Amino acid sequence: MQSRAQAMGALLELLTDQPVIVCNGFPSREAYKIHDRVTNFYMIGSMGVTASIGLGVALTKPDKKVVIFDGDGNVLMGMGTLATVGALKPKNFIHVVFDNEVYGSTGNQPTYSRWVRLDQVAKSSGYVNVERVWEREDIIYEFKDMLTKDGPSFLLIKINEQIEDADRIPLEPQEMTRRFKAALE
Amino acid sequence: MIDSDDFVQALQDIGFDFFTGVPDTILGGIIAVLGERNLYTPAVREDEAVAMAAGAYLGGKIPAVLMQNSGLGNAMNVLMSLHLIYQIPCLLVISWRGFEGKDAPEHLVMGQTMTQLLETIQIPCRTLSTESVVDDLKWTAQTVMSQRVPVALLLKKGVVKTVQP
Repeated sequence: MQSRAQAMGALLELLTDQPVIVCNGFPSREAYKIHDRVTNFYMIGSMGVTASIGLGVALTKPDKKVVIFDGDGNVLMGMGTLATVGALKPKNFIHVVFDNEVYGSTGNQPTYSRWVRLDQVAKSSGYVNVERVWEREDIIYEFKDMLTKDGPSFLLIKINEQIEDADRIPLEPQEMTRRFKAALE
Repeated sequence: MIDSDDFVQALQDIGFDFFTGVPDTILGGIIAVLGERNLYTPAVREDEAVAMAAGAYLGGKIPAVLMQNSGLGNAMNVLMSLHLIYQIPCLLVISWRGFEGKDAPEHLVMGQTMTQLLETIQIPCRTLSTESVVDDLKWTAQTVMSQRVPVALLLKKGVVKTVQP
């Protein structure tokens, strides 16, 4: 099993100018540390709405593949959004969930994702391409495939609990808004 | 009473071009018109709706979200930890259930405290009135874009025409 930082690093290497929305907590800090890009939007709060923000971007920028870097805790908190995405079926929507089965940013309290198959929930909700992967080569293969296919796509990556030593993001929130918005114009 | 068509047209004329939300009877007419014009993306929760609106703003749109005031409770954390700190503007069209204590019990506490809640988290708000509708909308658009914050426009029952029931 990969750490989130390893899996995230592998995915970021495959991207060019696609917008990426990264969920709050350590995932955002890690993404900033591993590979900061002007088309990365880092959430620092508002847990549970990563996919909702991404959906808003995807609906207004249909010519760009929009990538969501989400976590199991975040998906469980806003699970209704899987229905919204599944019903609206944005073709340019790639929902990646790094699933470590814990609330890793607050001390590894267990989430329900070890009992509830989030990939099956996504499938039932109407996501078109759904995959669950563990190994690095599969992660890369499926993500590459999703970058070329019509979505919405859901890539559940089972990861270990390891957290990268990454500081808080030094950018001011309003600067992140300005930078990301300008990069999409 | 303001016609729903005119209300939607006025919002479009002042620049709003992305609409989402969760329904209420008071908002039924507006949502029907938005639907006819293919402008409305339904959400399942109000926090999802305001977050989707934030994404639409990042993608270049000027968003508006419709909700009843019970939904303001659902949306509160996202408004506080996303919009207000990232300076993401958004119009909140909020129907005022529980106004002056005349509504079902579940609406009474929010109906009584909503304006104080909005004031506490520093979201500017105004109540739409038939007499000053042009002024209200102009103020709304100016405040949304100049302060880059969510702004609430409160709709009491009977101000904008709605559908049944």
